[in-house]
Parts: sequence; structure tokens; C-alpha cells
Amino acid sequence: MVTTPVESRLEEHLKELAGSVPDPELPMITLAELGVVRGVHITGPGSVEVELTPTYTGCPAVETMTADIETVLHEHGMPEVSVRRVLTPAWSTDDITDEGRRKLAASGIAPPRPGATHGPVPLTLAVRCPHCGSTDTELLSRFSSTACKALRRCVACREPFDHFKEL
Amino acid sequence: MTAPTGTHRTDASAPPSAGAPTPEAASSTTATDPAISAAALALGDDALVLSHRLGEWAGHAPVLEEEVALANIALDLLGQARILLSQVGDEDELAYLREERAFRNLQLVEQPGGDFAHTIARQLYFSTYQALLYAELARTEGPFTALAAKAVKEVDYHRDHAEQWTLRLGDGTVESHTRMQRAVDALWRYTGEMFQPIDGITATHGINWTALQELWDTSIGETLRGATLTVPETPRSDGWTAGGGRQGLHTEPFGRMLAEMQHLHRSHPGATW
Repeated sequence: MVTTPVESRLEEHLKELAGSVPDPELPMITLAELGVVRGVHITGPGSVEVELTPTYTGCPAVETMTADIETVLHEHGMPEVSVRRVLTPAWSTDDITDEGRRKLAASGIAPPRPGATHGPVPLTLAVRCPHCGSTDTELLSRFSSTACKALRRCVACREPFDHFKEL
Repeated sequence: MTAPTGTHRTDASAPPSAGAPTPEAASSTTATDPAISAAALALGDDALVLSHRLGEWAGHAPVLEEEVALANIALDLLGQARILLSQVGDEDELAYLREERAFRNLQLVEQPGGDFAHTIARQLYFSTYQALLYAELARTEGPFTALAAKAVKEVDYHRDHAEQWTLRLGDGTVESHTRMQRAVDALWRYTGEMFQPIDGITATHGINWTALQELWDTSIGETLRGATLTVPETPRSDGWTAGGGRQGLHTEPFGRMLAEMQHLHRSHPGATW
């Protein structure tokens, strides 16, 4: 479908709105900062399609994200909103923006290390304690309060903390 | 206890029947090739059934961190199952309204959790298989590339979890070593079935099942030896071994598991919360 300049401005605006929705499990960051809103397309008068990619295939937050996106776009005058789940290209923690990483750290969650392309490969970069800043931290469990986080403990200040693990 | 259905080999790739929604009844968004549908069903049922088995640990795991880990692994598998089953038909109908004989999962994944060592051995065998298979599906262009590329990153964590626990239990105390060896031995006979070719992905992704089995043998051998465990030498294909899950033949515990899994949906059709 050929997009007119007016439509592409509208798409951009709607993408900003969809991206401004807070993540249901990590409300300190938005869906845009998490990097899960892939695209917004006008499909007809008053009708829009949003492409959303899940962080993990089983992430239960996807349904809430979908409902929240629909609500916010309805409120801004789009009567027909459909949210489509896309898998390709697969989401990676590298899709989290710098601002998203900063906010995670500010909330006590160690952000993922950059450049992680595949699973639990040992990385040389240390995970920094979000409380005291020490790099002397140890893994307690690869799985934590949500699928996307691991549980670690700081050896320096002894505080346990969540780490958004690389995917 | 876990009487295998034996060595029956019947109509290998027949689609599910026995009152199940058939692939042909699928909606327009689903795969239309029957072989690809059958493959999606096999992979989807593996993920669904193992997800349910892992969920049985909720409230029973040895430590809180493990409870959370097993639940998270189960959640990943459930997410994969939903995507795969949706390619075949209605995911809820497929999960909750099919009879035992219409399921196409491996007999390995339906085995009860047993003690923690049995659960870890089941995880080690299956997640190694799934990680190797999905890596191949992700690498090759075909109907499962997108899902596999996404899921393989999750499955790598499952595999790592199982390997770490195998090392700790095998090379731990006398008691943990004995139990881990017992579990590794008990589930060995279910591992040959994993390398029965699934036609729908052999044709589309060109999977070499013999090569896959060699990679699996190497990986499992290294992990078990590293954990001071003995690699079982008992048969696992042909002869008196388990097999038949891909043809809809299942072991006794599976019926009881399905009864629990499907009870709510069947007793209260359309229930929501």
C-alpha cells in the first residue's frame, strides 16, 4: 500500500503512542525502550495494525501489552486497532535502548550486557551491582522473578539483585 | 510403574484422529501441508507435555530458586507450544480436547517427574535434543525457521540449567550420585525415539537425523562423564525399548497426566477468569 505523507506522519505519531505504553512487568520502561514495537501501519480509514514482538515466546505480559496498546490507540481516535505478533527477527536484549538500560539500572535491575547474541555463553564483561556499583557479583540462579531475569548477589554489599539476562 | 507401550510401529505419520480436530479442519492462517502440520503437532506436543510435567513441581521443588527456574522453563515451553499448535488448529481444542492417542509427543517428556534427579535427567536428554534440533531448524530456511530462531536462545538456557545440575548431582554426594545415575539409566531407553525422522521437517529443513544423534551422543557423553556418571550402554532403539509416541502410542502415566491437565476445561467448557 502506498503511504501518503499525511499517513506516514500519522503512523509515526501512533508508533510513538504505542511505544509510550509502560511494560506491564517492568513499568519503569516503555515498550519502545524495551524494543518490542516493530512497526505501525495504517490499513484503512480509522484502522491501524501494530507489530509487536515478544521478548520470550511464553512471556505472559504480551497479552497485557496488546490490551494496553489497543486502549491507548482507541483513546487517540483509532477505532480499529489490531496488534499482530511477529517473531522475525527474533527479539534480543540488544534491542533495549540506552535510555531503557539506564532506567533498569536506576530501578535496581542490572541491565543486560551488550553484544549477547546467543544464550548463556560466558561473557567477559562483569555484571555490575545496581546498588553499590561493584563488579564483584555472583550468580544465584539463571531464572528469577520473570523469564527474562536472572538472580545475582553482590559480593561487596551482599545485596541480591535481578539481572536482565542476555538473550 | 512406567510400562512402555513397547515396540509397536504403526502407521508412522498418520494425522491424529480419535475425535481430535484434524489439521484439515484448521483455519486459513494455519499450515496446509499435512506433513508440516504433523511436524508442528509433534514439536508442539513435546513442548506442551513437558511444560505440564515441569509445572507439577510448583509448590514441591527442593528450593525456591529451583521452583522459579522450573516454572520459567515450563513457561518458555508453553509459549513455544502455543505457537506450534496454533499452526495446526485451535490451540485450546488441541491441548484440552484430544484423546491420548492423538498426541504426538515423545514418550520421554510424558514420564513423571520422579525425584529431582529424574526431572533433571529428563531435562538433560530433552533440552539437548531440542537445542540441537532447533539450532538446525533456525539455520535452515523452512516453515519452522522463525520460531526456532526465537526459541533456541531460550532452550540454550534450559540445556545449561540441566547440565549444571547434572554436574552438581553426579559429582556431589554419594546419595546424589546414586540417584542421578539411577535416573540417567532409567530414562535412557526413551532416548532412541528422539531420532526417528519427523517427515515434515526432514523434507523442508533437510535435517540429518543420524548427524543429530551423533551430536547428541557426544554432548551427553561429555556431560555425564564430567559428572562422574556412567553413560548407559543398554539399548535405546530397536529391541525392547520405548518408542511410538510420535505414532500416538503412549505410556501408562500419560493418561493420568492428561486427565488432570484436561479436567477443568472438559468439566467447565468455556470457563474463564
